[in-house]
Amino acid sequence: MEDLRNKSHSDVDYQKIAAPIKSAVDKFQLVPEFLKVRGLVKQHLDSFNYFANTEIKKIVRANDKIVSNIDPNLYLRFKDVRIGNPTVAMGDGVVEDLSPQKCRLTDMTYAAPILVDVEYTKGSHGGYSLSEKNDVAIGRMPVMLRSCCCVLFGKDEDELARLGECPLDPGGYFIIKGTEKVILIQEQLSKNRIIIVTDKKGNINASVTSSTEATKSKTVVVMEKEKMYLQLNQFAKNIPIMIVMKAMGMESDQEVVQMIGRDPRYGALLLPSIEECASLGIFTQQQALEFLEGKVKKLPYANLLTGKAGRAMSILRDVFLANVRVIKNNFRPKCIYVAVMLRRMMEAILNKDAMDDKDYVGNKRLELSGQLISLLFEDLFKTMISEVQKQADNVLSKRSRSSPLDFSMLLPRDIITVGLERALSTGNWDVKRFRMHRKGMTQVLARLSFIGTLGYVTRISPQFEKSRKVSGPRALQPSQWGMLCPCDTPEGEACGLVKNLALMTHVTTDQEEGPLISLCYCLGVEDLELLSGEELHTPNSFLVIFNGLILGKHRRPQRFANTMRKLRRIGRIGEFVSVFVNEKQLCVYIASDGGRVCRPLVIADKGISRIKEHHMKGLLDGARTFDDFVREGLVEYLDVNEENNALISLYEWEATPETTHIEIEPFTILGVCAGLIPFPHHNQSPRNTYQCAMGKQAMGNIAYNQLLRMDTLLYLLVYPQRPLLTTRTIELIGYDKLGAGQNATVAVMSYSGYDIEDAIVMNKSSLDRGFGHCIVMKKYSAINQKYENKTSDRILRPPRKDDINKKGENPDWERMQILDNDGIAAPGEIIRPNDVYINKESPIITKGEPVMVGLKDSDYKPSRQTFKGTEGESCVVDRVTLCSDKNNNLSIKFMIRHTRRPEVGDKFSSRHGQKGVCGTIVQQEDFPFSERGICPDLIMNPHGFPSRMTVGKMIELLGSKAGVSCGRFHYGSAFGEPSGHADRVEAISETLVKHGFSYNGKDFLYSGITGCPLQAYIFMGPIYYQKLKHMVLDKMHARGSGPRVMLTRQPTEGRARNGGLRVGEMERDCLIAYGASMLIYERLMLSSDPFEVQVCRACGLLGYYNHKLKTGICSSCKNGDNISTMKLPYACKLLIQELQSMNIVPRLKLADL
Amino acid sequence: MSDSDSEVMAEADGFVSALNMPDVPSAKLPPHLELRKTRVLCNVDAPHNTDTVQYSGAYASIGVDNSLRFDDFCNNFRVEVTRLSHEDMEFDMVGIDPSIANAFRRILLAELPTMAIEKVLIANNTSVVQDEVLAHRLGLIPIKVDPRLFDYLSENDTPNEKNTIVFKLHVRCEEKGQRLTVTSNELTWLPKGSEFLKTSESLTSTSKAETYTSFTCSQDSLPEFGGNPISVYPDITIDKLGFGQEIELEAHAVKGVGKTHAKWSPVATCWYRMLPEVVLTEEIEGKKAEVLKQKCPANVFEIEDLADGRKRATVARPRACTLCRECIKDGEDWEKRVSLRRVKDHFMFTIESTGALPPEVLFTEAVKVLEDKCELVISDLS
Repeated sequence: MEDLRNKSHSDVDYQKIAAPIKSAVDKFQLVPEFLKVRGLVKQHLDSFNYFANTEIKKIVRANDKIVSNIDPNLYLRFKDVRIGNPTVAMGDGVVEDLSPQKCRLTDMTYAAPILVDVEYTKGSHGGYSLSEKNDVAIGRMPVMLRSCCCVLFGKDEDELARLGECPLDPGGYFIIKGTEKVILIQEQLSKNRIIIVTDKKGNINASVTSSTEATKSKTVVVMEKEKMYLQLNQFAKNIPIMIVMKAMGMESDQEVVQMIGRDPRYGALLLPSIEECASLGIFTQQQALEFLEGKVKKLPYANLLTGKAGRAMSILRDVFLANVRVIKNNFRPKCIYVAVMLRRMMEAILNKDAMDDKDYVGNKRLELSGQLISLLFEDLFKTMISEVQKQADNVLSKRSRSSPLDFSMLLPRDIITVGLERALSTGNWDVKRFRMHRKGMTQVLARLSFIGTLGYVTRISPQFEKSRKVSGPRALQPSQWGMLCPCDTPEGEACGLVKNLALMTHVTTDQEEGPLISLCYCLGVEDLELLSGEELHTPNSFLVIFNGLILGKHRRPQRFANTMRKLRRIGRIGEFVSVFVNEKQLCVYIASDGGRVCRPLVIADKGISRIKEHHMKGLLDGARTFDDFVREGLVEYLDVNEENNALISLYEWEATPETTHIEIEPFTILGVCAGLIPFPHHNQSPRNTYQCAMGKQAMGNIAYNQLLRMDTLLYLLVYPQRPLLTTRTIELIGYDKLGAGQNATVAVMSYSGYDIEDAIVMNKSSLDRGFGHCIVMKKYSAINQKYENKTSDRILRPPRKDDINKKGENPDWERMQILDNDGIAAPGEIIRPNDVYINKESPIITKGEPVMVGLKDSDYKPSRQTFKGTEGESCVVDRVTLCSDKNNNLSIKFMIRHTRRPEVGDKFSSRHGQKGVCGTIVQQEDFPFSERGICPDLIMNPHGFPSRMTVGKMIELLGSKAGVSCGRFHYGSAFGEPSGHADRVEAISETLVKHGFSYNGKDFLYSGITGCPLQAYIFMGPIYYQKLKHMVLDKMHARGSGPRVMLTRQPTEGRARNGGLRVGEMERDCLIAYGASMLIYERLMLSSDPFEVQVCRACGLLGYYNHKLKTGICSSCKNGDNISTMKLPYACKLLIQELQSMNIVPRLKLADL
Repeated sequence: MSDSDSEVMAEADGFVSALNMPDVPSAKLPPHLELRKTRVLCNVDAPHNTDTVQYSGAYASIGVDNSLRFDDFCNNFRVEVTRLSHEDMEFDMVGIDPSIANAFRRILLAELPTMAIEKVLIANNTSVVQDEVLAHRLGLIPIKVDPRLFDYLSENDTPNEKNTIVFKLHVRCEEKGQRLTVTSNELTWLPKGSEFLKTSESLTSTSKAETYTSFTCSQDSLPEFGGNPISVYPDITIDKLGFGQEIELEAHAVKGVGKTHAKWSPVATCWYRMLPEVVLTEEIEGKKAEVLKQKCPANVFEIEDLADGRKRATVARPRACTLCRECIKDGEDWEKRVSLRRVKDHFMFTIESTGALPPEVLFTEAVKVLEDKCELVISDLS
């Protein structure tokens, strides 16, 4: 790049320099273009596409042959594999095209057949013939929506609408048995990289998690008591590292020291280890291997066949640093690798700065759905192969075979289909081959709100267990800048561990390594093999490390890096290859592996942006796309490591000659959820975090196809609005089209006392006019079951008012008024609690012999399904769908709708983490009104502001107020003031004044009660308010008497079971302290589980009451002489009896009080 | 008002208050108290003296009577209409206490009856708008009919021509690929009452099929509606239909008040503001005058050329003041120069009618309601 800079310097047009500086090029337009080509869930799609196009082929190619063990001439070879179009076989050979919406509605899996081309040999001993078969399905692969295999791929809005799909839906999830499942992005520590950290004991260790196709292992070199040891699972104890070196053939200590570096400080640090080795009397490779042999873990089933020396050797070869391949027993690369590890460790000892940070984003890799599915597929594919092999051998081993073996007929279809489906629907990834047992990998895509859905697909779930009480991984990392959203993380136990991607983040996929490696050698990397240990660490030469593998060294690292970057910018190597010169470690790191996070940045030469006015014009005219910018070397992707080599300026005008890159837009450091907040940079940071969590609970529109969906629970707002104060992110993700809130005129004042503790006072007239109305839809389903005896349920015409049955009565017609003549509730009918929504009858006998004759009416018992809603809630049957489920039963689904109006206790929130419940609803005439006759929709208590410090909310109010008065949507993008994506308060105030408001947004209000002006100016204006899904109607609960638990006869627990309200331990303590003994007696026994028992005063055991004799009798004394009757909690009686059953005899001693 | 009534009665009895005697000098309040009593001072920090002094003996110690006098009221009270159209009106109401003005406002908002759709019988609705939402939307459509011609429909009443107006809406989108916007124009008045038959009745009784209303006569035969069919406020979007979607319903409007639901409120809104008074406490001349004129976005100030070529700021349009407080914002000296005030007994009243009744009628109705209330209080107290 050096020469490049010089060139541009000489070309400088001096006239241009003399000219006044033009305003910086507005690069904002790049963001929507980026999202157009890469999209919000592009990482998922890319990853899945990579799997579908490349990875799956690799896997099949790696295991392409099934050879019979019995007759090695018989084999089957997979020539090619691909994923077909999503279709479903409809039983009778008819293949039907699938669309995602259809799968959602009919509980199917959205999957496409995996088609392979095979060639296989047929025949037996004498002649073999080779035959071929194309397009053999070996299973069905669940298809990610909007991926290249999906029918939605590349469709425009109209076509999507025709398929019943929402154009704003991001895709990136799967549909498994009708439920939408997302594979969460998994965060992991990078594989195959040396990481130096201190462990719990304060020892410094260097660890490498190796992962190759064949093995996965973890190698740790630890410094303990000044000596260095190797920790490996296969060895029972720590092995002195010098022994390992010797075992690998580095017999001379001098060689080791040379390899590590001649610095005397290193030598001094290594000395104790060398001494220890010598004291153990190990000097040769042979001795070392023998020593290692003794330390190998004795596996219980270790077969004695493998030679003794072989064992240690093979561990060193295959397990120890598995990522460094040993070719032809050449251990030298491994030795160098160990030497580099040791050197890095010693550096860390000498200089604490050299320590690696586990939480550094550059040391992390994100595992995406494609990778996870490919793991699963590989395992299942191998299982399938072994299964085929086993079957083939079975067939072949049978002497009498009628027909020659046809391999292609043996290919089972369900191993892969079922395996993939199960993993995706349960989220349990059990891959035995890699000893992988991970739970909760998939989650149901929450469709509570559009934002919630988007939030799900950008979520990153951690690998650590959440219970750990460490702060390190939870803290905000500076390296997260621009990659992971600093705001969006849940509160509570997963705080800081679960993260979300920022707006412009891209996650890389794997890239071919071979060409890159040879390119490196071409560019002057000196091969490791040709270097002596001494030469390795000569000053001014840098090690070149490619994907964790030491390639060699380079004498002019900066030049090398610049050339690599130049090649990348002109598109000769992949755009996601990162080149990172680490000056501290004297290394050049080149990475092309998948799972790195990176983001686009504008390239600047000597601080001058490469993007000029005409480029952006081309973009606006549609002549260019974002990819053109990348191709032309105007924009490039930097990953976290390479960012360390860049000097990135936030704005063009802030660039200095040293600047190498310029940010596209600062607001892109936030994610989707945080992007909704206007002026987030004026808020206290936890408020933004709270809003990120709450935005997901806000009711609004879910998707354009929301009324065609059959979700189990659907919350909709009746009149959703787009926010008056928008941000660029809102426009980019389509929140302005699928809003989740309403612009309420808020007066910040105290009113009526029902607004304390964040409660909100609402205007009744506003509610009358539709503010905050919402629709809650619940799904009820019924199945017309078929039974094994060929009988099935039936749905009957309901009895009408005038129908009379045989007994001359007609008891149920009232409950079945809403049913149509087909026995199914009619859409649009009002359904009341205990109404029947399907008049179904089931046969009494469902098992046994198939019944051929038609059943009589008496053979059926009614199995009607009744609606269990709360009284006073008037629900409506919204939709009824009929479809056949996977067992070919008729499945009937009902959507039951309830339209609600806000009531006291419903939860609302602004976009600034300020939630509150509705405290009271007040008539409009009692509300204050302004000089212009404006009456607020809600009143918020000003005490919400000082401690929360949500200045953004105040600016939102001002901005919205200016917006409504001048008729232009105002903007409040994060950090947007300098670049014009957020309006400045000064400008807003000017607009307000122009329209006759006070510059500070405070109005002169009259009290609606007295009619006099209020004694203060009131801060009033519109704020976007969200209605959250928590509503009193779903939560309120009280009970007098009700159901009890069978076992203990105590009241049931929980609202769903109409349970009692518990007087808990602490409440009981209070009552005891107060001395209200009778109250405790009443609460804990009389109102709970009183029980009358007969106690024998003689033996103290419980007796029973004989109803014939009308006396109590003690069963152990066999008489009723000393029986007393008393009351006891039933639970106590139960305890006594349970103890008795365990041979413990509790005896009651009765005394008079 | 009742107070002043008693006053009159007292005088008729021959009892004359000493303060009322013509030869007793009526003491005037000192100017600073007078200001506090009659004006709201809108300072930068907050409005001051917002409340009114009601107590008759509030100024007794300085010998000023503060009691409200009927004849004073009669002499001072006036109403001036400044703007009047079919839908809205603005008038000044001078010489009245804020509580009374507020009472009118509250009555207008909440207690004047109108007709509004309360019950919607939906025969068919295949549009995307849910039945409840559709009904809610219909409810909010103003109906242009004089509510005084109707009775309230109480719980046990059957809907008849005296208490119910029935509208029909039957639309279907027939054009393929087109959206049909259903507006309130499509609501047609059914003067003969409901056309929907009660299903249960139709089966058994052979007599005249019963509908959901029992009109004894057609409403258009009544003199009030003869040449004057009942209509609703036009061009309000009710719904949008896609191809093949259909709405068939009947909407029953009944009489009600805004207190129960805002749809019965006869006004879109109704409010008053106190008369702005802008006082320049010192002469503002020259550049400062220019600055002052520039400051005000409502253009309250004007510049007057004095004879000697100097320029002086004057308050030309005090009514235009929106109380943005721009003129007193910049520093204490401006606050000293300009005083923004509100006259406590001068109300600029605005009524925006929804169309049922013209705004001036609404106001007179409101006065009647207040009168009735007073009478009720008097009769209940006596």
